[in-house]
Amino acid sequence: MMIRARLATLALLAAAACGSLAAHADSGWAQLNMTPGVTEMSRNIYGLHMLIFWVCVVIAVLVFGVMVYSLVKFRRSKGAIPDVTMVHNTKVELVWTAVPVVILVAMAVPAARTLVQIEDTSKTELTIKVTGFQWGWQYEYLDDGVAFYSHLDHASNAARQLSANIDPASVDNYLLNVDYPLVVPAGTKVRLLITGADVIHSWWVPAFGVKKDAIPGFVNEAWFKVDADKPGLYRGQCAELCGRDHGFMPIVVDVRSKADYQTWVKGKAAEQKQAAAPDASATAAAPSAP
Amino acid sequence: MADPHAHDATLEHDSHDHKPHGWRRWVYATNHKDIGTMYLIFACTMFFIGGAMAMVIRLELFKPGMQWVDPQLFNSMTTMHALIMIFGAVMPAWTGLANWMIPMQVGAPDMALPRLNNFSFWILPFAFTLLLSSLFVPGGAPAGGWTMYPPLVLQNGASFPMLIFAIHMMGASSILGAINVVVTIMNMRAPGMTLLRMPLFVWTWLITAYLLIAVMPVLAGAVTMLLTDHFFGTTFFTAAGGGDPVMFQHIFWFFGHPEVYILILPAFGIVSEIIPTFSRKPLFGYEAMVYAVASIAFLSFIVWAHHMFTVGMPLAAQLFFMLSTMLIAIPTGVKVFNWTATMWKGSLSFEPPMLFALAFLFLFTIGGFSGLMLAIVPADYQYQDTYFVVAHFHYVLVPGAIFGIMAGVYYWLPKWTGHMYNQALATWHFWLSAIFVNVLFFPQHFLGLAGMPRRIPDYAVQFTDWNMVSSIGGFGFGLAQLLFPYIVWRAVRSGERIGNSAWEGAHGLEWQLPSPAPYHSWSTPPTDAQIARGAAH
Repeated sequence: MMIRARLATLALLAAAACGSLAAHADSGWAQLNMTPGVTEMSRNIYGLHMLIFWVCVVIAVLVFGVMVYSLVKFRRSKGAIPDVTMVHNTKVELVWTAVPVVILVAMAVPAARTLVQIEDTSKTELTIKVTGFQWGWQYEYLDDGVAFYSHLDHASNAARQLSANIDPASVDNYLLNVDYPLVVPAGTKVRLLITGADVIHSWWVPAFGVKKDAIPGFVNEAWFKVDADKPGLYRGQCAELCGRDHGFMPIVVDVRSKADYQTWVKGKAAEQKQAAAPDASATAAAPSAP
Repeated sequence: MADPHAHDATLEHDSHDHKPHGWRRWVYATNHKDIGTMYLIFACTMFFIGGAMAMVIRLELFKPGMQWVDPQLFNSMTTMHALIMIFGAVMPAWTGLANWMIPMQVGAPDMALPRLNNFSFWILPFAFTLLLSSLFVPGGAPAGGWTMYPPLVLQNGASFPMLIFAIHMMGASSILGAINVVVTIMNMRAPGMTLLRMPLFVWTWLITAYLLIAVMPVLAGAVTMLLTDHFFGTTFFTAAGGGDPVMFQHIFWFFGHPEVYILILPAFGIVSEIIPTFSRKPLFGYEAMVYAVASIAFLSFIVWAHHMFTVGMPLAAQLFFMLSTMLIAIPTGVKVFNWTATMWKGSLSFEPPMLFALAFLFLFTIGGFSGLMLAIVPADYQYQDTYFVVAHFHYVLVPGAIFGIMAGVYYWLPKWTGHMYNQALATWHFWLSAIFVNVLFFPQHFLGLAGMPRRIPDYAVQFTDWNMVSSIGGFGFGLAQLLFPYIVWRAVRSGERIGNSAWEGAHGLEWQLPSPAPYHSWSTPPTDAQIARGAAH
């Protein structure tokens, strides 16, 4: 009975999910799984995730199948007589200890291989220092003399106030939009040096498969290389509780073609250099808009 | 009931003797049952206070935008909910069950150290009064997460020292309770009650008690270092002074991972007693179960850094902690397979304790699967600090630990009160809990995978639908729990009287005592035949 009801619940949920999947693919109901992302590493991670998921599903079907079979077959109400001599069976116990070992090794090998690749921060082409602070991010392009801050955008910030009375659905990318996004070139191995200014934060962009803690006093390394044919805007959030406005420090990465990026970074560097010059106009304030 | 003062000291084995009445019975309590009752009532109270905080969380997360609470208060709610549920609800509930059941199950009259027992309980109301009163101090209650990571935790206002001292007191209480359990099991077993004849609940609690004694002082040390960092100018966890904020996380999780097994191991014990009872068949692989629990306890000391894969550890360390974590799947699998084999060729019936134990079996296993997924480091980079983790640990703690406690109470309540409770109502409690707990936590897997971080008071609009479902499940689950104290209260006051054994298939030592159990449980030790009957495995 219990199982039937649980299965019914699951079936209902699955039906609801599938139904809305077909109806409106971008609705919240369809948000069920990890994104494969736009980097080789994020796709590797997604592959690992799906591999473990299906391994778990197969084991679950077998184990739950035996449980459900027992619940149905060996009921006292159906006149089942207990076999009280069945207390121990070395052969069976060895099998169900050894088989999981094999499965675990089979999962650990590809996981270790991917991890080794993720940890390889050599041959990077561009280095950006990322500093998390309460509550936003600072990006410094160490080779180009460009630096700016990135905060939650004004529309989201207005709508997220306690007495705001603004419908979040009316705000473009509510809570996932910033004033000045991080701009990077596609098809380039970008290295991030990640640190924290006050408390611990965590820089996470799901589509890149990168999440790394920003720890005061430490510099962590991470890297990503967005596919050359996948420029666009990618969004993420701080993933380590960092105080009152932890939920309000999103990350937006504007991935551009290499040529567009070069144009942007040169213009930005010139603009910041001019703003920083002592004879610049008094109204100029660094850091400024991209 | 006879006037206690009229009794002679030589009658001390009489079940009504030496029981002071009124408030003295509770404040001066040295009896394991009275103390057990106080622990359980305390735990139930904290369960509802922590639960009310969870309702605030689910209310704010019902839809996007901030509707009810300030983000700071939201953070206080998540922090306090965790501290209260872990240290106030689950751990005292286990100690309460240990108090009630261990003397009865090992053939002893009482716990070994009754005054220590009294003290370890009475620390708790003070600890939690201190913690809860921090809700009303300037700056509000602790809001840096129950994990208390510096430097964030140092930003708490007046609540900071209150948090630290409350943790110290809870830790002291736990250590004293654990010492009492170890001493009782090691010294008070009836003649003939060898270690490998002990019921699984006693075994799991013995191992839990050793874990507590090993790791609670580590937590006390960690929070004391926070205290001196805040007030006395040390820089254990401040990089600017040569310290290391990540070191706190290592120390904390060296406590924290064994701690999560402290919360679940006694549930393994209870389920290992309930499934055989209602399958009318001895537990399959008793010794394997004992060794599996011991292995899990050992492994719990060498997996801690899997809580912090994103802090930037060396490759070798990440590989080590991934592999050691995956190893836990082996003894855990052995346990699940043994429970399943116990039901195989059994004669099953579905009374409330069995229903909760079965839900434990299915849903804890789901939590185990997501735990295995979390062990895979590259995938963990995507799961870490998302709702996927929230779903995982609530699957092992709510239908795991909490259902284990519910199963234990529904199993032994007739023994405690001498009355059978309303089983139809308890079955309702079960079905509502089992359905709503899935509506509450299953969608959180989706939310986490789709990219929703944990510990956020507001979210992007694409997360709305599953958050609404989860909140509805939360409200339903919360309301369903109100049945529980009502059912218990009715059973205490009235209900069908039962004989020694409440359940057809229950043969343990506790079921060979009258119901309600005498005040000094086994004033004459059980015979070898009684022990053998209880330990038929």
